Amino acid sequence: MSRAGTIRLLFVVLCVGALEAACRGGLISPQFVIPPSVMAAHLWQLLIDGTITADIVETLSNVLMAVILAVSVGFVCGAVLHSLPRLRRAVDPFLATYYAVPFFAFYPLLIVIFGLNALPIVTIGFLFGVVAMIISTINGLDRIPPVLLKTASVLGMGPVRTALMIKLPSAAPHLFTGTKLAIAYSFIGVIAAEFIMSSSGLGYSIAYAFNSFDNRTMYALMLFIILLVTLINAVLYMWEQAIMQRRGS
Amino acid sequence: MAASVVKMSADRSVSTPMLHAEMTGVTRIYAAKGKTPGVHALGPVDLALRQGEFFSVVGPSGCGKSTLLDVLAGLSSPTEGKVVFEGAPVTGSVPPGIGVVFQENAAFPWLSVKDNIAFGLRREGTDPAEVERRVGYALGFMGLEDFAAAYPSQLSGGMRQRVCIARTLVMQPRLILLDEPFGALDAQTRLLMGDELLKLWRETGATVMLITHALDEAAMLSDRIAVMSARPGRIMEELETGWPKERDSRIASEDHFGQITSRLWKRLREESIKATARGGA
Ligand SMILES: Nc1ncnc2c1ncn2[C@@H]1O[C@H](COP(=O)(O)OP(=O)(O)OP(=O)(O)O)[C@@H](O)[C@H]1O
Ligand SMILES: [Mg+2]
Repeated sequence: MSRAGTIRLLFVVLCVGALEAACRGGLISPQFVIPPSVMAAHLWQLLIDGTITADIVETLSNVLMAVILAVSVGFVCGAVLHSLPRLRRAVDPFLATYYAVPFFAFYPLLIVIFGLNALPIVTIGFLFGVVAMIISTINGLDRIPPVLLKTASVLGMGPVRTALMIKLPSAAPHLFTGTKLAIAYSFIGVIAAEFIMSSSGLGYSIAYAFNSFDNRTMYALMLFIILLVTLINAVLYMWEQAIMQRRGS
Repeated sequence: MAASVVKMSADRSVSTPMLHAEMTGVTRIYAAKGKTPGVHALGPVDLALRQGEFFSVVGPSGCGKSTLLDVLAGLSSPTEGKVVFEGAPVTGSVPPGIGVVFQENAAFPWLSVKDNIAFGLRREGTDPAEVERRVGYALGFMGLEDFAAAYPSQLSGGMRQRVCIARTLVMQPRLILLDEPFGALDAQTRLLMGDELLKLWRETGATVMLITHALDEAAMLSDRIAVMSARPGRIMEELETGWPKERDSRIASEDHFGQITSRLWKRLREESIKATARGGA
């Protein structure tokens, strides 16, 4: 492991250890935070007895739906905006200020439109992720070196082949970044939406545990979400590294 | 202003050479965009490339050399004038048979050296065994065998440029346009690459147009050299070197070589000063 990696791991271990010690030593009341070891043990319990399986499946499928929508719609919108400079100039300010809009304020509206089901939640996740993907797509297309497109012309490649064999791979690192952001944002959107107004899913279960003073379940679920997101990001990161190491750009 | 034609030796040609590509009255003006004013980058230029010759273009920086190449290749349309390649007008697209090595790094970062070189051939659906053969030859020719599996990011600038040269060569173009291909190399390597280029030119029989800012390179490699003025680039002089077809970097020690370079420098000095004064360097 690299030196930075060792330090990082040490830092995490120290923090968790300190929290454990503080909880065990009575410095922190169990009504407030429970020791990490208890969180982990209870999470294990919840996982093997299947109590939260349905919630996990529901949340993950909501996130998956939101991500697929955000990435595909974001990519298409990005490509279209890139090819229509005038429209792009018109829309630019909206994109720039997009994340300043608190979508949750529209939640009631979404429920009115879609009804009380998974759709409003997926929509919120989608709305969180889509613009990150649009911006990354435009960025990637902007940064294609013109000389690569000239090379395509010299090789007699038409617009479709140029798009698939030159533009797409050239913009790939940015598209990857966009996808990573879309996953992260969609996760935030879905969990938060479940938290506010839903009757199932991980976000709802945390809110439910909180309201019924079930600290053990609440913290176990929080731990689960942290571990899950960390895992997903680690996998994406390693994948990205493997690709980028060769390209080096 | 008509370009003067200078012959640096007795005329050795017997028959009238065939024209391979021709530009007549070509100008290129980049249109104004927003606050940036339009640029008259090139011309008017008349230029005739003879079948199978080694032609070089020298000129001060920013004088429109790359623009000349773009227009000749059909990558951008002339504002005025016309371009003809192998008897057919060049309009809006690059005719097959033209290969270009660009000034900028044009290697595809997502492909290995070998896949970069094979890219054009595979696209054309060339038989895999033939692809393998041609790519293998080009790798050897360019001294890239040990880097076949490497990615462009792992190579030096000069090696990346060689990848681009190889990628162009395997397509076996009849007209090869090179835009300062050795710019990133040191002087010695440049001379040796020049030798390789000469060998290649003789072997393939292709017409070569080389853009360079190195006068010695132009003097050593070319049959004919065009000297361009500061922007908007025009051809001030065309100079015939009279070198025999079998030549290599050893001619750099001949008196005749010195005469050519000093002639080029005399013509270019003033133009370079103009270009520098304008902040074109
Ligand atoms: N796409 C473009 N839009 C506007 N102006 C351009 C464009 N490309 C080139 N120019 C301008 O046209 C002039 C000629 O450029 P060009 O690249 O052809 O010169 P060059 O002789 O190849 O320069 P160098 O010696 O630096 O390679 C320059 O002033 C340049 O700024
Ligand atoms: Mg140039």
